Amino acid sequence: MTAADVQVSGPGRDTTMALGGTPGFVVQLEQFSGPLDLLLHLLREQRIDIADIPIARIADQFLHSIGQLGLNQAADYLDMASRLVRLKAQLLLPRHGDEEGWEDPRAELVRRLLEYQQIKEIALWLGKQAERRSLQYDRGYLPPPPALPEPPLTLDLADLMVAVERVLAGILTPVLHSVVARPLDVEGATLRIEVLLQERSEITFRDAVGPNPTIVDLLSTLLALLELAKRGLLRVAQDQPFAPMVIRRDAPGPTD
Amino acid sequence: MTPLAQLIEAALFSASRPLTVEELTTLDPDAGHADVRTALDLLKEHYDFAPHGVELVELAGGYQILTRPAFAEAIERANFTPRAPRLTAAALETLAIIAYRQPVGRAEIEEIRGVSAGGVLRALQERSLIEVVGRGEALGRPLLYGTTPSFLELLGMNDLADLPRADELTIALRPHPAVSTGPDDATAYVPAES
Repeated sequence: MTAADVQVSGPGRDTTMALGGTPGFVVQLEQFSGPLDLLLHLLREQRIDIADIPIARIADQFLHSIGQLGLNQAADYLDMASRLVRLKAQLLLPRHGDEEGWEDPRAELVRRLLEYQQIKEIALWLGKQAERRSLQYDRGYLPPPPALPEPPLTLDLADLMVAVERVLAGILTPVLHSVVARPLDVEGATLRIEVLLQERSEITFRDAVGPNPTIVDLLSTLLALLELAKRGLLRVAQDQPFAPMVIRRDAPGPTD
Repeated sequence: MTPLAQLIEAALFSASRPLTVEELTTLDPDAGHADVRTALDLLKEHYDFAPHGVELVELAGGYQILTRPAFAEAIERANFTPRAPRLTAAALETLAIIAYRQPVGRAEIEEIRGVSAGGVLRALQERSLIEVVGRGEALGRPLLYGTTPSFLELLGMNDLADLPRADELTIALRPHPAVSTGPDDATAYVPAES
């Protein structure tokens, strides 16, 4: 970057002098690809050793440079600005002598700058490569765009029906499960239990369900038992956990 | 020129991208890799011997017939074919990071460049210079990007190994005596070792 690339503006210049005492860093941000690029530019302009950055001065110059930023660019630059201000504060804190293990808070910034500088160098190389490659043309053949019907689209109902048929034909027949309705027969079960309890004062759940029960029979019977028990017409008991369920008549039956 | 060399010339002429030796062997069931390579050498010689306006170039791991650089200016001026827009600095920097660190996620790219990378990544993907090559292990399983054959093609490289090696780069600003010691340098730089 030469001095010619640097734009010095009137009011900017005054601030510059006040802040850093070094003129010539008022810059147009569009020429930078990010805050690290701008930082490198500031360092290069003032021939500052990257390993020994005068943070306070650079932070001020950086903040000044981003003063005229548009909002859309601002976030990335503000992030860097806040880091610089924090560094500046860290460096202003007093240190007691040269303690062992003191780490320069600038180390991380230096690492990032070096890394970014390397990327810039590679980017430059890539740019030159692309430039060289662009001197050689290939056939430049592009496949023709797919043929489209003439606009405006002219269709009659028959065409549309044919198209719909074609689309429908392409759809695989969905696998359908037919759901068979098997309503619970609670009334039937209730009746059966009542009949059984007319004959005997005590029956088991197995008796109540009947022979070869289906899952529907089991459920119907269970619901019927619960309903009858709620109504106080019978008692359901188990002598011990998992023992067979015993169903007893609660109210005196007609046969009693 | 042998019949195979002519066949390969025709195929390369018809293609709008570099063709690999592998692909060229499919032209003729009797042709092996060695035959194709011999024919390619022959074709290259043919273009170079009594110089033609085009030459055979090794590109992105394949071969392509390209115009000679000497005619670039005239062709450009005549403006027969539209040229791809140049890559921006942001695009080149992003490509540089991806080329060297692939597979690499967006967060790392943004960390290195110090700017958000979403727009650039999208643009590079649209130009097929990069592609998603996987997902990272980090939180949110971020997309990881890598370069494509089109990247090599655009940069006239045959292989990623053509990129400059890290030790061929001048990394740091050249050291020079510290210039200024202004008032803000009151807290002098103390190296960690001291």
